[in-house]
Amino acid sequence: MSTAPVIELAGLTKAYNLGTPVETEVLHGIDLSLAEGEFAALIGPSGSGKSTLLNIIGLLERPTGGRLSIGGRDTARLSEAEITQLRGRSIGFVFQFHHLLPAFTALENVMMPSIIARGRPDDAAEATALELLDAVGLKAHALKKPAELSGGQQQRVAIARALALRPRLILADEPTGNLDTHTADDIFALLREFNRQSNCACLIVTHDPRLAARCDRIVQLVDGRIADDGPAAG
Amino acid sequence: MKFRLPFAPIVALRFLREGRMQTLLILAGTTGGVAVIVFLTQLITQLQAQIVDRVLGSQAHVVIRPAEEVNRRAIDDAGFASIVEPRAQRLRSIDQWENIARLAADMPGVTAVSPVVTGPAFAVRGQASKSVALMGVDAERYRRIVRMEEYMVAGRFAVEGTRAVIGSELAKDLGIRMDDKLRVALPNGRDELLQVGGIFDIGNKDLNRRWVFVTLPLAQSLLDLPGGVSNLDLTVADIFEAQPVADRLRGATSLNVESWMQTNAQLLAALRNQSVSNNLIRSFVVIIVALGIASVLVVSVVQKQKEIGILRAMGASRAMILQVFLIQGAVVGAVGSVLGSALAFTLLNVFSAIYRNADGQPLFAAELEPRFIAMAALVATAVGLLSALIPARRAARMDPVQAIRS
Repeated sequence: MSTAPVIELAGLTKAYNLGTPVETEVLHGIDLSLAEGEFAALIGPSGSGKSTLLNIIGLLERPTGGRLSIGGRDTARLSEAEITQLRGRSIGFVFQFHHLLPAFTALENVMMPSIIARGRPDDAAEATALELLDAVGLKAHALKKPAELSGGQQQRVAIARALALRPRLILADEPTGNLDTHTADDIFALLREFNRQSNCACLIVTHDPRLAARCDRIVQLVDGRIADDGPAAG
Repeated sequence: MKFRLPFAPIVALRFLREGRMQTLLILAGTTGGVAVIVFLTQLITQLQAQIVDRVLGSQAHVVIRPAEEVNRRAIDDAGFASIVEPRAQRLRSIDQWENIARLAADMPGVTAVSPVVTGPAFAVRGQASKSVALMGVDAERYRRIVRMEEYMVAGRFAVEGTRAVIGSELAKDLGIRMDDKLRVALPNGRDELLQVGGIFDIGNKDLNRRWVFVTLPLAQSLLDLPGGVSNLDLTVADIFEAQPVADRLRGATSLNVESWMQTNAQLLAALRNQSVSNNLIRSFVVIIVALGIASVLVVSVVQKQKEIGILRAMGASRAMILQVFLIQGAVVGAVGSVLGSALAFTLLNVFSAIYRNADGQPLFAAELEPRFIAMAALVATAVGLLSALIPARRAARMDPVQAIRS
């Protein structure tokens, strides 16, 4: 594709416990770029560094070495506050265990990224959130708390929340990990649909080879290195 | 358009509402603490004001008397040994008392000046005689020193000619009723027949037995002080400014000037000690409440780790998380102060119904001064905010990745 990369990683490394006897490097020079509209799966065995890589791309952790650009901006030079802002506005997270705020309704959960970004809720944010809930088929459940929703419904709310600010990048960490096959297919289809609609880049960590095969591209991580990167076999 | 709170208060209030039991406990603690402080402060302020009021009910705030007479050595030389005996103080007038009275009246803070002639006498009726203090006053002016009209049980506080006002105990002791005659005899041999025009009960049996009010000229002639006065009684605007006023007057006149604060030094010391112990109690309550709020919020931060991580992942800054927990502390303090003030008001009502004076009147009024409520609200909110500081900083420093994983 000819479009500009949404994320670009060059020689990225990550080590923990730097300078101590138990120093361990978990990522050894990752080169990866993801273009607008791309729908990629990140696979690999447990302990291969998938989650760490996702956290670094999601700006939740900082890399030890190498370069990470998001939307063309080199993140190494950004301050803590700028990182936080960039994360809020351009990245949407979908976690394995949905991670909704139990004290808030589904609608409020979906509005939350906007509340954080703009400082307070507004009518536009509420309208957008309702639209998104409608799109994931949960408009009728907008005022329910997460505890009153099923696992699949909770994950749909989480997806709606990830999309609230129309991010350029969606990062999903085993979004279907704790759902039954049927529901998992639904959630996956939903992500795919939004990816096509809004042309955002998606990077999905998954253990499920069936789902990975349905992505455009599969990045395989083994022992902190990219072992394979290519289009899905289909 | 509906009103919408900003991010931090929304999340803070929701967290408080979610942690129901914790919030209730922390609120109960704060409410109790505020109630104790407000109740105690109001009670002690009222009781102290009452005690001072009672003491000053029968006293001048400042009294000016002639300087004491002292013996001087004729030969002022260190080479001679001498024994100087203290002199007996005879009754004397204040020199040029009218000028001094004018000077005192012009002094800032002084609201009333009353000349008084006072000396010892016997009240005689039939075979009975009682030692009394003859008080020559100008009734109009003296009323502004001691509110005598409030204490009258019979007649009015007015002296003219030979009409006198005496205390209820003296009247009882001598079997005197209104308009009865009463003879006063003085050590210098003079005597006068008085007619009782009023009887007072000042709330102090000793004074009720001793004070006999007559006109200024009558007392002057009976006590051999023609045109003179033995002391000037003063009222000041702020009773706790009596000492500085007395000091200034002493400096200006070199007379013997005494404030009620010197006369009642022991009472003042007692009041001061009471205030100190009250402050001590209040400080401890504040510390305990602060520790309570802090410990509950510390637990809350740990419980809310995951939520904090989620909020951070969605772009909430450290400052926003800090605010969320600071606001929780402040809200607990503010709500606690409102509930605590209400509880204190209830306590005041209950205790004012239970505790009564010797005369059956409530010991204190069941009212709460707005300034104490304002003070409680301010202090409690500030304490809530401060005690939330440590938990809030902990929350803000949390690593979002660790928080989400936990």
